[in-house]
Order: sequence, then structure tokens, then C-alpha cells
Amino acid sequence: MTSIQSLKTSRRILSIWLARLSVDRWRLSNAQNPDQAKRGEGADALPTALITETAHGPRIESANDAGIEAGARKGMMLADVRTLCPAIQVAPSDPAGDIDALEKITIWAQRWGPWSAMDPPDGVLVDVTSVAHLFGGEKRLLADAQALFDKRGLAARFAIAPTAGAAWALSHYGPPRAILSPDDDVVTRLSQLPVAALRLDDDVMTVLHRLGLKRLSDLTGIEGDGKGRDAIMRRFRNRRSPAANPLVRMDQLLGKVPEPLLPVIPLHMPLVQRRLMEPIRHRELLDQVVGDLAQDMARELEGQGKGARRLELGMWRVDGEVVVRALEMAAATRDAAHICRLFSSKLNEIDAGFGIETVRLRASWAEPLAMGQDDIEAAAQSHGTSLAACIDRLNVRLGAGAVSRPVAFASHIPERAQRWQLPLEPEPVLQGGFQGELALHHRPLKILDRSERITVLYATPDGYPRSFRWRGHVHDVMRVEGPERIAPEWWREKSTIRLRDYYRIEDGEGRRYWIYRHGLIDDNRGGPPDWYLQGLCA
Amino acid sequence: MSRSTMPKEISSSTQPPLLKGSAALSEQRSARWRPGLAAEGAEVRHSEVFASGHEASGTAAALALALDQWRGEETRRKSDPLAEHDDQRAILWVQDRAAIKANGRPYRPGLPEELRHRIIHVVTEKPEDALFALEEGVRCRDLIFVIGEIAGNPRALDFTASRRLSLAAERHGVPLWLVRFDAGHDLSSARMRWDVRSAPSPAPQWNAAAPGAPSLHAELFRARTHPPGQWILRDDGHSLTAIRPQIATRNRTITADNDEHSEPQDLSAYSVDLARPTVGRSLAAL
Repeated sequence: MTSIQSLKTSRRILSIWLARLSVDRWRLSNAQNPDQAKRGEGADALPTALITETAHGPRIESANDAGIEAGARKGMMLADVRTLCPAIQVAPSDPAGDIDALEKITIWAQRWGPWSAMDPPDGVLVDVTSVAHLFGGEKRLLADAQALFDKRGLAARFAIAPTAGAAWALSHYGPPRAILSPDDDVVTRLSQLPVAALRLDDDVMTVLHRLGLKRLSDLTGIEGDGKGRDAIMRRFRNRRSPAANPLVRMDQLLGKVPEPLLPVIPLHMPLVQRRLMEPIRHRELLDQVVGDLAQDMARELEGQGKGARRLELGMWRVDGEVVVRALEMAAATRDAAHICRLFSSKLNEIDAGFGIETVRLRASWAEPLAMGQDDIEAAAQSHGTSLAACIDRLNVRLGAGAVSRPVAFASHIPERAQRWQLPLEPEPVLQGGFQGELALHHRPLKILDRSERITVLYATPDGYPRSFRWRGHVHDVMRVEGPERIAPEWWREKSTIRLRDYYRIEDGEGRRYWIYRHGLIDDNRGGPPDWYLQGLCA
Repeated sequence: MSRSTMPKEISSSTQPPLLKGSAALSEQRSARWRPGLAAEGAEVRHSEVFASGHEASGTAAALALALDQWRGEETRRKSDPLAEHDDQRAILWVQDRAAIKANGRPYRPGLPEELRHRIIHVVTEKPEDALFALEEGVRCRDLIFVIGEIAGNPRALDFTASRRLSLAAERHGVPLWLVRFDAGHDLSSARMRWDVRSAPSPAPQWNAAAPGAPSLHAELFRARTHPPGQWILRDDGHSLTAIRPQIATRNRTITADNDEHSEPQDLSAYSVDLARPTVGRSLAAL
């Protein structure tokens, strides 16, 4: 019981259940004037059902009060309801809109606590730990919430409890505006709630009903001695999904296991736009507008303490076309002149048609950026540009992928030991030193993109190379070091890949190369071995 | 005999006075190049290295010379108590397609230790784009130096383009090392122009049959402030050594520069090299 004891001073969770969210939304969106927005007035006076089209015909998603009175229930087929109440009205349901509305309500609910999470499809959880005194106690807080939701015309039920599970159970099945104080014994207070308060899947509910377990007290009664818990554990083996296991749900409700919830954090995407009095068709005017937008964007970003990594410039043409140009930067920036300069080369081949009437600049990816970045363009004359600005300009002119940097990769195969990544990304950390760090082996300064086949004179089967021909020139090998045998990576490649014997050689004129023999004579992986030149040593 | 010695006050001052007597000017110009000049304040911002595309000597020479200059800057910076001690700057390495095809890409495990993590590599399809990238590079204050590799004599790289690069590099203080593969000695405003090829390496200590420390035969065929000359360059990872080839063939290790005690047969061999005297001729001279 120590975990429950420790709960007494820990958290307070407010659960809000918007019991009639979709119907309320339908009523509010249909209302012409405030009178009709009230429940039971106007269109809401008639029995109405919100339906979803399924493969078997329309199915009831929810119904208003009059509709429920007439017999409509969630999950019924519309045809069945029509037999009960031929006059029932029908409107399409809107689940995506409901979730969207719930998201807004969740952010709005942060007025009662600093942290709130969505509890789909129609609930909100707010952490009101040690904030209730600001509203004059938890009772006052609930009354305040009730009043505000009533004012918005949304039916809602509330509960406050030490865990999200208990708060959810009380808001759905408990008395209105229930408060489970930390001193209460959770088990006895919740014992009379139905097992549906555990947020279980339908098939699990069916099983529990067949077992005759209807109230939470039935479950806790069995659980009382160790044997009962074992029996339920054997029956419900799914430990991964909490909704399929009443034991996990019970533990969550009692606070014995944690229940992580994703909080909702409002994100504002910086967006600035200009609607133009006259459609513009000329480049100079467009440059002017883009310059203004960049200024606005810089101000907007500065207000948020951020810098843009990706910018999208949308241009709405008079004839309905939208031209979009995107820009991605190597480092966060909010320098208007820099943004303008990067965009200017992208605006060259824009077809303005009959004119552009709206221009919108959106920063779809922004990163925190400390204040006080210098003006890149003005500083460029005296101090040179910064590295990020330089890379941005190269990227814009040469295209993405032209600028990269080599990083080490844990592989023995020489061409695989180096990878290319974005220039300003941090280097990956390799465990231990890899062959780059092996002081014993010399590596060439440069390697060719593809190893080039050479013809080599050597003493078979595995003697030193004597001379070779590469790109039409014959090189006599004067000095040689090797072989360094590099076996194929068997965990990555087919078994027919041959091993390589690397030789570092120097020819008569002092040119140093890195060549290898591909395979051995009798390795049964192909004919006689080939020779390749892979690297140029300094 | 005192022609080849540089007066003390000129070698120590970073900015030589503009107006000089022709004798003093020729004296300054006749100061022979040697490694470590950058530590004394004589930095070169724009150099060209001509080499064959079938060997890595050109790139190696550019890297060695650039490193030598950077090490000189480092020693000067270390002596300045206010300077930032940890240099985090990067290196821009620009290659056009033809250069990659001929000479390959830089290979990180084989690069000098202090450069490995600093490389930012740019691939361009055309020489024009490579020139653009080089110019953007020398205008970037966060770079130690810029290496360019361009194959052949593209039309875009004419005297005007090279002058543009020189001016930008000198204005912003970022050195540019341009490696020219299989190229003719066309007009250029580079302050130093080198012809480089591989040289037989000395026998290593343990395995005499193996290739030794990388050696390069470098000929400075045009420079603004130095007479031409030939050297065998070797970079041992800490410093650059330059040996006169005649001495090197006799297996002596004298770093002979500005050395008035150098041997007479050495000087006679050198006078043959002065087939194209550059002192007193225009920039556009070959």
C-alpha cells in the first residue's frame, strides 16, 4: 500500500468528459442565432441522428436528446431506427472535426492547469496539482469549469482524482463533479462503479460480463488474496495493451503503475502574408514584396526567439494557380537580407501569368535561435560571411546534395569506411577507434569513385605485383608493401563476394598508389583474380 | 654575394613599405621561398599547383603548403594572449566533375590528422560552378583555407576569374589553393604557382622495400616575391621540410634557403633554372 500512501500528496488530475461533443458541435454549427444554440431549441427539438456511411449502410454515430428519446442509440443501423421513429432527421458525422475541436478545447482547458492532454474521442485531462487554490478550492474550480462549458453550450462532466484512471472513471460513471480527495480510500470509494469505468475494449467487457464481474468491487474482491489476481492474470494474457487487461487498468486507476500521457502543446507556425491591391507581374515588384515579407518574418521569428530552417514562399496567381518555392537552410536564421538573397535565385523562372495577388511566407520548420545574430549581408563586406550562410548559398546555386562532409563509418571495406552527410550535422560517434585511427595502416589520400580495373604482372598465385598498366600507361613497381587482407563483411554481403589483398606501391617515378587483388585463385568464387586500383597516395 | 640575403627589418615587418629603391626591391624579391614563412608574416592568399591528374601529388602539395601556412598562423596566434586558442574552423574542398573522375575524392582516413574532421566537400558539375563555390569559400570567415581542384584549362577560368579570386581571397584573408590537373600554364594572377610531381620516397626505417614518407618534387615557377626554385617537399605530420633536389640526391639533409654558404655547384645548377626570370615583369607573365 505504500504506493497508494505516496499518492496522497502527489497529483491531482481533472478529467473532463464532453459526453455529447459531436451532437453539441452539430447544434452549434447549425444555429443561426443564439436562441437556436440552446439545447432542445430550433433544429435540435426534432429527433436527429448523426450517421456514418458503412459497407452495410448508414450507422448511427450519435443522437440528440430527442433522438435518444425516440430510440436511437450509438451503433444502430439507420434503417432500424427508422422503424422506431420514421421522422428522424439525419446529418453526417464529422469525426475529424470532433478531434480538431477536442484539440482546441484541450488547449483552452489549460486555463485550469499548466498541462493538459487529449483523451480521445471526447475527453480532456488537465493536471491541476497545487493550482486549485487559485480558483478557491477544487469545488470552486469544478463549478467554474462547469459554468464556462455551459456558456459554450457543451455538455460536460467533471471529476478530480489523484490518477488519470480514477478521474476518468468518476467523470464517466461517478456522481457529477466528483472529487476524490487524497485522504479517501480509492478502492472503497470506487468500488460501486461498473467495470466499464476501467476503459476496456468491448470484447474484454463482454468476457467480464460473462464471468459475472460487473462492478469494480467484484474485481478488487477477487484481487484481495493473491490467488484471485493470478487467476485473472492467466485469463487476460495481453500485458502490452492496457485496454485489453483489467489488471493493468486497475493498477493504473490505483496509481500502482504509471500511465504516461502526451500533453498538448500549442505550436504557432510563423506565417506572414501580403494581399496585393494590384496583381503584380514584374520581378522588381515581387522582390520588393518578398523583401517586406522577409522583414515581417524576421520580426515574427524574433518575437518567438526562433530562427527558420525551412521557408515556403507561396504565390497565389489571379488565375487560381499557386506557385510554391521552398528553401532549406543549413542553420537557423532570421536574417531578412540573407533570406531575400537565397530566394532571389529561386524566383527567376516563375511564371506570373496574369499576375500574383497574394504572397505568403511560412516558416514550416523553426529552431530556437538566440538573440543578437549579426546582419549577414552588411557584415559580409568587411568580415566575410558565416559558414552557414556560405553553405546556404552553395546549396541554392548547386542544388541539394552538392555540399557534404565525410564522416567515418564502422566498416572494414575501404569505400564503406567513409560516408557523406550534411555539412553542419554533428559527427556520429563510433565505438572505439576504427580503421581511420589505426596508425599501422596507411590509407591513401584520395580514392576513386569506382575502383579501376588494371592489368598486373605478378607471380601467381600471390606474389608481389611487378608492373601494371593503368589508363594507358605502364608503371613499374619499385617498392611494395602488403598484402593487407580485407575480408568481405559476411554479415552484410553474399557469400560469393571475394576478399581483397591490398598493396601500397610506388612506381619508378615515385607515384604511390593503392591497388588490390580481388580474390584468390582457388577460392571457388569466380575465375582468376582481377586487379583494381582504388586509391592515390600522397 | 649579399644579393640573396634579405635585410632583417624587411623580413620582420608584415607590411613592406611601398616605395623602395629598385635595389632593395630586387633584394626582397630574391629572398628564396622556404617553409614556415607564414610564421613570419609572409602569407600567400592565392596559389596554384599544377600536377598530373593521374597521381595525388598535386593535392598532397596543396595540403602540405596550406598546412604549413596554417601552422605558421597558429604559432603567431598562440603568442597572442587574447586570441581564441581552439581553432574550430572548417576547410572547403571544391572539386568539379572532371577532377573527381580523374583524381578521385578525398578519403577521410588518409587525410592529415588535423584536417580530417574539418572537411566540407563541394561537388560541382561545371567549372563555372566550381569558381562560384571557390569565391563563396574565400569570402567566408569561418574557413581556414579553400582547396579547389579543376581539371584542364576551362574557358571560365581566365585571367579575369583568377584575378577576382585573388582579390576576394586577399580581401577576406582566406587562402585559396587551386590544384590544376593536366593543365597548361595559362595566365593567372596567383601569387605563387607550383609545378608538382611525385618524387621517390626515402627508404623507411623498418621495411626498406616499402614506400616511404610521401615526397614531392615541387618547382616554384612563378611567384611575386620569390625567385623560382625547386625543392623536395616532405610533410612529417608536424612540419614541412624542403630540401634542394641536388642535395637530396646526395642524401644530405640541409634545408638550404637564402643560405649564402650553399655550395657553388648548387648555385650553378640553380642558374639554369632561371630560364624564365620573372623579377620586374608584369603579373600576366607566365
